[in-house]
Amino acid sequence: MVHSFKRILLAAGVLALGVGAAGAATLDDVKARGALNCGVSQGLPGFSNPDDKGNWTGLDVDFCRAIAAAIFNDASKVKYSPLSAKDRFTALQSGAIDVLSRNTTWTMSRDTTLGFNFVGVMYYDGQGFMVRKSLNLKSVNELNGASICVQTGTTNELNVGDYFRTNNLKYELIAFATIDETIKAYDSGRCDAFTSDQSQLYAVRLKLTNASDHVVLPEVISKEPLGPVVRHGDDQWFDLVKWSYFALVDAEELGVNSKNVDQMVSSPNPEIKRLLGSDGKFGEAIGLPVDWVARMVKQVGNYGEIFDRNLGPNTPLAIDRGLNKLWNKGGLQYGMPVR
Amino acid sequence: MTDARWSEPAPTRRWSWTDPALRSAVIQIALAIALIWMAWSFFANAQANLARQGIASGFGFLDNSAGFGITQTLIPYSESMSYGRAFLVGLLNTLLVAALGIVLATIIGFLVGVARLSKNVVIKALASAYVEVTRNLPPLFQILFWYLAVLSTMPSPRQSWSFGLQPMFNAFAGWASGIGLTPLSDMLAALAGDVSAPGVFINNRGLVVPRPVFEADFSIIFWIFVAGIAAAFLLARWARRRQERTGQQFPSFWAGLALVAVPPTIAGFLLGWPLSFETPVLRGFNFVGGIRVIPEFVALLVALAIYTAGFIAEIVRAGILAVSKGQTEAAYSLGLRSGPTLRLVVIPQAMRVIVPPLTSQYLNLTKNSTLGVAVGYPDLFAIFAGTTLNQTGQAIEIIALTMAVYLVISILTSALMGWYNKRVALVER
Ligand SMILES: N[C@@H](CCC(=O)N[C@@H](CS)C(=O)NCC(=O)O)C(=O)O
Repeated sequence: MVHSFKRILLAAGVLALGVGAAGAATLDDVKARGALNCGVSQGLPGFSNPDDKGNWTGLDVDFCRAIAAAIFNDASKVKYSPLSAKDRFTALQSGAIDVLSRNTTWTMSRDTTLGFNFVGVMYYDGQGFMVRKSLNLKSVNELNGASICVQTGTTNELNVGDYFRTNNLKYELIAFATIDETIKAYDSGRCDAFTSDQSQLYAVRLKLTNASDHVVLPEVISKEPLGPVVRHGDDQWFDLVKWSYFALVDAEELGVNSKNVDQMVSSPNPEIKRLLGSDGKFGEAIGLPVDWVARMVKQVGNYGEIFDRNLGPNTPLAIDRGLNKLWNKGGLQYGMPVR
Repeated sequence: MTDARWSEPAPTRRWSWTDPALRSAVIQIALAIALIWMAWSFFANAQANLARQGIASGFGFLDNSAGFGITQTLIPYSESMSYGRAFLVGLLNTLLVAALGIVLATIIGFLVGVARLSKNVVIKALASAYVEVTRNLPPLFQILFWYLAVLSTMPSPRQSWSFGLQPMFNAFAGWASGIGLTPLSDMLAALAGDVSAPGVFINNRGLVVPRPVFEADFSIIFWIFVAGIAAAFLLARWARRRQERTGQQFPSFWAGLALVAVPPTIAGFLLGWPLSFETPVLRGFNFVGGIRVIPEFVALLVALAIYTAGFIAEIVRAGILAVSKGQTEAAYSLGLRSGPTLRLVVIPQAMRVIVPPLTSQYLNLTKNSTLGVAVGYPDLFAIFAGTTLNQTGQAIEIIALTMAVYLVISILTSALMGWYNKRVALVER
């Protein structure tokens, strides 16, 4: 669209003229600005979505709020940039945002040639398909010859090609620029199936005219490890964002949560002491005060609390934690030790 | 004209700011140096920035495989082909929608423009309403309207609206035999036999029509057709020359039409009509076989044509009004009837006013075709500046290439219209 074209053009210009934040100390810029610039989606319930009062909510949003809490001791000091799948990388490359926290799949090309570093996996996901119940389908393999709606600029767009080709299935892929256009086209019957990461299928289903008319097929055709991304070239900032994520997971593992964090500061457990800053000065290594984790957990909660608040059983999405359980509970979430 | 000073025996020229020639030369050289320096630092800076962030650069990515599927491809394409190929697919899709859009917008625009000058109040009001509505709604809105509003009223493939070709051909055959054209009637009946199933379907996946399958002998008919066109041109030229010489008229239009249409038809009949149709059939989710026009294309084409036609109508109206009434009166007093007056006197003069602004409308239409990304039309902008840019992250190369392409299309359009404008411009004898 003309609008996004201007944005890309601007970003390309910024890259060329070098007025972007590239290479500079991102943390200093963030502090001077007084707010974290965080790239999120344009509206995906549970991950990043404005509520009816216009406040951003969701798992990806809470991660940015946690970073803001660590830096400013104020989780509200975040400026959100809603980005379509297609525009998100240009925004990060050009320095328009400090961190991209927008259900972005960690892939090798994004981690290398695009000039980014992934800090970890906030959510282990995989690609799935949603179809109308009335079609009575049991499997993706019955979709031979189907029209499939997808959002452009996603890994999903590529995985469909791989999967259908390897299984000798024919398909027609219609790629739209934004999530709303994709949903409308599927809703109006242009496509037989809607494909995206499974978690997002459930979120998208809530936006359809009649959610209960649609089902998600059982197959998962790809690995979609979703995580926050920063630019190459600023190791301190990379460390800060990466350890913010580990600390949130560690806090859950050690039983530190938003309700007990004040008492936990005086816990005798050496791991908790290091995490909450009553022993050692770990925060200073990433340019933050020693109580950085306490600030995050107090204002935003630990990983488990963040997950439950946005995706847990009491939310409209009610997604099972599955792979996103802690490593010692049968999942894959594993925070590196603070020591 | 040469500057008088240069022809005088030159006094020794001394450097002075008051010398306009020297001054302008110095300024121009300085400006050129500044521009080159700016372009160079732009380039060097970009290189340094990309290197520091570890972002890939260069055009090597064009050879990598694209990996994504495209709905509408005018040339063979599959996911395993390169980004370069995807670029070509997108470019052709852009050219297709722009070219057809320009033709449609011009036709609608001329009709509405003339209708606005009609003496019939109803026609005039309708034309005015058309112009006001289409000019004042944003093009993106119109594209989404045609896509979503129209699409949602279409049935699913299983409930497609179908239009039989067979009954249509049979009806024409009956009509032909009714007026005594037995060969034509036989031919149509044979064609009707070829298309066994109903052929044209409309549903929310688009418009599906039978695909003509040409057999080897068909090329004979094709070349006879081409020869017919050439002959019609020669005939028209001869008729014009003769009229200039002798004043005698010749019905060259009808004769030309006959030259183009009749010989291929006779040849087709003699060769047993070496043409058959592959009819689309519903299999699984969608139709297999035939040619399918996707709704994304239709929505974009219709919206662009209708939107731009609103502006063209105004240009046409202005052009016609710019020709003074005296011209018409003079033509009448020379004894010309109203048809030739319009054709030979008014329109040629109006065209001079119409063509230059018409060019800008054509350029606008081409650029507006990038809005197709909103409805999933795979044009150059969506495929290359969208998907490819996202996957490779090479914003500078891709944006530069995309801008270059649109620039070239625009310059070519302008050049073509400039050439046409020269032809219609006032030739002073
Ligand atoms: N994880 C995939 C897909 C991410 C993605 O953008 N998914 C879409 C499909 S539902 C989405 O979240 N759109 C929300 C938006 O554009 O605002 C990727 O990183 O490429």
